[in-house]
Amino acid sequence: MNGSARAVGRGLLFISPWLAGFCGLTLGPALLSAWYSLTDTTLLDPPVYTGLSNFRRMWSDSLFWIALRNTLVFAAMNSIGVTAGSLGVAVLLHRAPARVAALARAVIFLPTVVPVVTACACWMWVFNPRFGILNSALTAAGATGGPDWLGDSRFALASLGFMSVWVIGSPLLVAGAALREVPRSLLEAAAIDGLGSGGRLWHVTLPAISPALMFNGLMALIWSLQLFGPPLIMTRGGPEHATLSYSMYVYLCAFSYGDMGYACALAWVQLALTLALSAAVLVVGGRFVRYRTT
Amino acid sequence: MSADDGNRGARAGRGRLWVCAALAFVTAAYAAPLLNMVAVSLRQASSAATPGLDPLPMIRDASGRSLARTSAAYWSTLGLDAARNYRDVWSGPGSDFPTYLRNSMLVALPSVAGAVVSSCLAAYGFARLRWRGREVLFLILLATLMLPQAVLMVPQYLLFRSAGLVGTFAPLWLPSCMAGAFSVFLLRQFFRTIPAELDEAARIDGCSHLGILWRVIVPLSRPAIALVALLQFVASWNDFLGPLLYLNHQDRYTLTLGLHLYLAQQNQVPWNLVMAASAITMAPVVVVYAFSRRFFTEGAATQGLKE
Repeated sequence: MNGSARAVGRGLLFISPWLAGFCGLTLGPALLSAWYSLTDTTLLDPPVYTGLSNFRRMWSDSLFWIALRNTLVFAAMNSIGVTAGSLGVAVLLHRAPARVAALARAVIFLPTVVPVVTACACWMWVFNPRFGILNSALTAAGATGGPDWLGDSRFALASLGFMSVWVIGSPLLVAGAALREVPRSLLEAAAIDGLGSGGRLWHVTLPAISPALMFNGLMALIWSLQLFGPPLIMTRGGPEHATLSYSMYVYLCAFSYGDMGYACALAWVQLALTLALSAAVLVVGGRFVRYRTT
Repeated sequence: MSADDGNRGARAGRGRLWVCAALAFVTAAYAAPLLNMVAVSLRQASSAATPGLDPLPMIRDASGRSLARTSAAYWSTLGLDAARNYRDVWSGPGSDFPTYLRNSMLVALPSVAGAVVSSCLAAYGFARLRWRGREVLFLILLATLMLPQAVLMVPQYLLFRSAGLVGTFAPLWLPSCMAGAFSVFLLRQFFRTIPAELDEAARIDGCSHLGILWRVIVPLSRPAIALVALLQFVASWNDFLGPLLYLNHQDRYTLTLGLHLYLAQQNQVPWNLVMAASAITMAPVVVVYAFSRRFFTEGAATQGLKE
């Protein structure tokens, strides 16, 4: 190569916007956060080194365990619901006539671009126990009213999980693209072997698109472990901490209680948990994923 | 043989009918919350809180009789009610939606411009230049895609605070000018599909690398660049955590934060106005989406995932 030092300099110059952002807004803050997690830091006083006491404190912090549990439950509901839901809708779109599918896709994608605050306002009204369309639909179907979805600690978290399946635009695109790539020859061969449409879906299509499903599941998992907006806006973590999410607890510790050091320690545990769960999904799910060898 | 064909055709037709019916149900379920929001935003406060699935309210005239849906009076009253709701939100006390709208623009537009320019430069460096260390840095870039933002919430806040930028728009648009990892990834994948002979021809003609980027790569990458711009616009417009952390005066609030404040006052604000405010907040993104739907749902959105 001609003048490798010059080439490196030129390359770095072109990527410098990203490099500056990475150093200044990701790497730097990450190192800072690692340091703060070992200290007692408030907005007013300089940090005081306290070793691992922030991490030990979590063990006996009941709100930490509640937030962790809520987030894991939500993550399970969301990643399964979004992955399976987007697959189901993608199969329907794939089989429908092109014009019908285009219209349906446009509508189903819309919630993905709607601001989260708007979505929350919208769904607060849907979930309203007396006037909401959910309970109205239940009444119309013959039930005698429905529960107070967001106000009852037994239903609040499940309601947020239900609502979160409304946003499936990105996984829908990924699953749809994968469905279009399934080789026709395979499907035709399976049909000649006497497989019905259900059998073809299970034995041919699902294995062929399994990498896309894995990708969707992983992205939904990472995203849902960061749940923040809906519980803050719709329920403020209540009732009785039933919807207090992990990110919301980090936010409250840092900005309501001013406990920056503890918030940073919580955030590192969240990162470790995200990595561990992602790895677990990759390993366990990997047994079912068939990567094409081309 | 032909009977069998006819049988199969009938079964396929019935199958297609089932698919269309199921799809219609799913589509209606996805549209219902937003349609419901718009329907409530058109009503009078007194009829906003009525149970039932009927999207249109019952409207009574001065003597208390309910107006027929077919009458002109019904629709003119509905139209006047709707106009009053939106006017009340737009110029109501305690909130300032015209200012929120301006602030959202002041955040979103610099974000889009900064994201496009910086991502194009970085993607060119990763896609078209050969240099040592390129692959390692690109792997690091991909790794940052997986990093939960919550981890960086506190230290980023403290950094912007020590720079004296809390309360300004800078913490909201400045990070966008630092070439977001996903935008760079998307553009790099697109740039790599452009034949290298075009670069070489331009170089022989004496073009610099910036010239190649500007005259050769960018004109050929318009769909991918449009997608980056659109995604950045939607992300900036819809951002909630950023404004919540960094904006502390109501005259700096963006639409999402303004709506949050409005929602928090829901005991004082009737729901028909909350719904009208929600509709105003999402209107700009919905308009952008309506005109550029193809970029979102087709085209380059899944381009990068094929590799």
